[in-house]
Amino acid sequence: MKSILKLVAMRLGLGLIGLLIVSFGIFFAVEALPGDAAEAILGQSAEPETVAALRKEMNLDRPALVRYGDWLIHVVQGDLGRSVATGRDISVLIVPRFSNTLFLAVTAAAISVPVALVLGMAAALWRYSTFDRAVTVGTLTSVALPEFFIGYVLIFIFSVKLAVFPSLSSIAPDMGMGERLLRTILPAFSLVLVVVAHMMRMTRAAIINLLAAPYIEMARLKGMSNARVIFRHALPNAVAPIVTVVALNLAYLITGVVVVEVVFVYPGLGQLLVDSVASRDLPVVQASCLIFAAAYILLNLTADVVAIVSNPRLLHPR
Amino acid sequence: MQMNRRTLLQGAAALGLLPVLPTAAKATPNAGGHVRVAMGHGGTSDSYDPATYANNYIQAQTYGRNNMLTEIAPDGSLRGELAENYEASEDAKTWRFRLRKGVTFHNGKSLSVDDVIASINYHRGEDSKSAVKSLVAPVVDLRADGDWVVFELESGNADFPYLFADYHFSVFPAEDGKIDFSQGVGTGGYKIKAFEPGVRTELVRNPDYWKSDAAFFDEIELLTVLDATARVTALTTGEVDIADKIDPKTGGLVARSPGVTLMETAGTQHFTFAMDTRQAPFNDVNVRQALKYGINRQELVDKILSGYGTVGNDHPISRSNVFFNHDLEQREYDPDRAKYHLQQAGLDSVSVELHAADAAFTGAVDAATLYRESAAACGIDIGVVREPNDGYWKNVWMQKPWTAVYWSGRPTADWMFTTAYAADAKFNDSFWGNERFNQLLSAARAELDQTKRTEMYHEMQAIVRDDGGVVIPMFANYISARRDTVGAPETVGSNFDLDGLRFVERWWKT
Repeated sequence: MKSILKLVAMRLGLGLIGLLIVSFGIFFAVEALPGDAAEAILGQSAEPETVAALRKEMNLDRPALVRYGDWLIHVVQGDLGRSVATGRDISVLIVPRFSNTLFLAVTAAAISVPVALVLGMAAALWRYSTFDRAVTVGTLTSVALPEFFIGYVLIFIFSVKLAVFPSLSSIAPDMGMGERLLRTILPAFSLVLVVVAHMMRMTRAAIINLLAAPYIEMARLKGMSNARVIFRHALPNAVAPIVTVVALNLAYLITGVVVVEVVFVYPGLGQLLVDSVASRDLPVVQASCLIFAAAYILLNLTADVVAIVSNPRLLHPR
Repeated sequence: MQMNRRTLLQGAAALGLLPVLPTAAKATPNAGGHVRVAMGHGGTSDSYDPATYANNYIQAQTYGRNNMLTEIAPDGSLRGELAENYEASEDAKTWRFRLRKGVTFHNGKSLSVDDVIASINYHRGEDSKSAVKSLVAPVVDLRADGDWVVFELESGNADFPYLFADYHFSVFPAEDGKIDFSQGVGTGGYKIKAFEPGVRTELVRNPDYWKSDAAFFDEIELLTVLDATARVTALTTGEVDIADKIDPKTGGLVARSPGVTLMETAGTQHFTFAMDTRQAPFNDVNVRQALKYGINRQELVDKILSGYGTVGNDHPISRSNVFFNHDLEQREYDPDRAKYHLQQAGLDSVSVELHAADAAFTGAVDAATLYRESAAACGIDIGVVREPNDGYWKNVWMQKPWTAVYWSGRPTADWMFTTAYAADAKFNDSFWGNERFNQLLSAARAELDQTKRTEMYHEMQAIVRDDGGVVIPMFANYISARRDTVGAPETVGSNFDLDGLRFVERWWKT
């Protein structure tokens, strides 16, 4: 157990270093883009004097390294700063967006993870059957289609033709849970179709792989039922690879949904990030990217910990 | 002016044979109701700061919460808004605006001359970061005189009051000469209930609004819906009542949806190809003429705008402008005349590069490619250079010798010419200096006699058309759509999309 805590501490430390590198990379990547926030905001009507005045107000007239150092000092003290473009507090800007993103990710995960696991196990159990082939073809087709296309197809069927779900997912903070869910169903469902295949295929492969192992053969020779062989003997050993792929997909649900956000007009963090890159609003870009990076690091860490705990050989190394 | 494209195209002959197209909605406004609007503009960098307003979304919101000194009426004329009336001195150098009495801000403060002066001063001065700084640069003195606001200009300007219909000149409450826009408090017909930049604005009716015949909706929800398909779907499924920026390609489909009316506004929006007239070969007026004859305007209107627009005549004055020169011959695609002008320039053929990106206008790269095809028959070889959208206005426009440009246009001829064609204009994107034109421009600006002004503006249009460095192939109509749940007056403004973007206070729920 001690070794796990040590591992977690070490990984968190490495994660922090990772975040630092990410923030440095993002800062200078955005810097390298043509134009800055002042020019982006004034757009076509930018004149040199007004750009200079705006730049001064936004503190953009100082060297990039100085601004990065300044930003870093504030972040270490827990102050993410203010949006360059609007002067609004970043936490005010990000918290509602991030909670929307989490809500969508959780809804999608709550559907996709159980569905993927059940389908994967069933496909392994009846492998090479018509059911297995149907599931494989279905999920691979859905993962092969681009997200925006799935989104439009869902809108066409459920909003335009059947008129059961709204096509706009513009949820608002003062909305009740029922309406929130109703408006989140279609984007969540598009995401489900995108992530299920990966998790389902991995579950199926991991279990089939184990089913060829000698101890499974032993279990079968003892006369155990198929279901018991899978749930009691195969599944616990398949947890590690399955959890890894689930974590990867959860991270994707948080960080990679900007296309779905655009199609359904869902006010999530992805759209905020894209907007902020367009307006070169560095503090907002930084904060959003740090959240994304942290989500990745934490989910992967969780997957590793679960993998170790679920495997006695890793938990008690000799 | 709102037109139906078919009636326009098919002309009077067909009118008698065809049934009359969309019946006008009931023209008497109803008070009340909740309206949802999907707009293709808006971003997280939007704020209440009037110096940085930059898109139609914030413009519509501004017309909801704020008033300006003047307002462009639906018929295109100017009328006072917060100014009850206004008058000029003989030389149009001194302008006096009398402030309306009994107007209060949403926070209960009553409107005073000081608020107006502070709101305009916010855009003036050395360290102003305002997008409209140059518009008020000619103001040398601004002072209060009782109920009057008095402007002294460095030179006469007959169109001066038009400037104050611009949404940047919103009047905010001021204290000690500093305006406070932080809460979005104005004198407008709607109060801000919620504003999430880049997502939505909720407006509720201001019960104390001073205009008695405006602001009919109880609540307005302005949504930023950047995806064109999402806007149309939301409209056709009844999720929203109004959607703007309809993709011309889907215009026909939208018009056929039940319960939906497609609205076209032939405004001032135009697309151009601007040459740097200081550089060879564009410094030769014959080459410029050849290039102007080498473009097939009607083809661009048909293919790039899907017919939702009109051909341009190489000057930026729109047909709806009072000074539009109807006698000027429309320039057509004419390979022979293009070749003739090339010969005059002493050339058999010419090879030029046209820089374009869809940031300039949607379909700019396609338009440039069509131009290339039509010009090839005239001995003109156009190399189309596709530029990145990102940073287009900074790195390509006015940097490369020939570029595709978008202009939303300006409400007056003087404003348009002064912005982009005057020799000393910052956005003179053809770097063009014609002595006669510039003389006329300042003379017409100070001229209060309408007949003389008309003559001058007519001549200026001809000069720009024949000597200027900008190819203006088309004026693009604004296309938006509304459900039958929303009523609009018979005459709607054409200065911007959606009734000059004043639909927030001019339209109603049926």
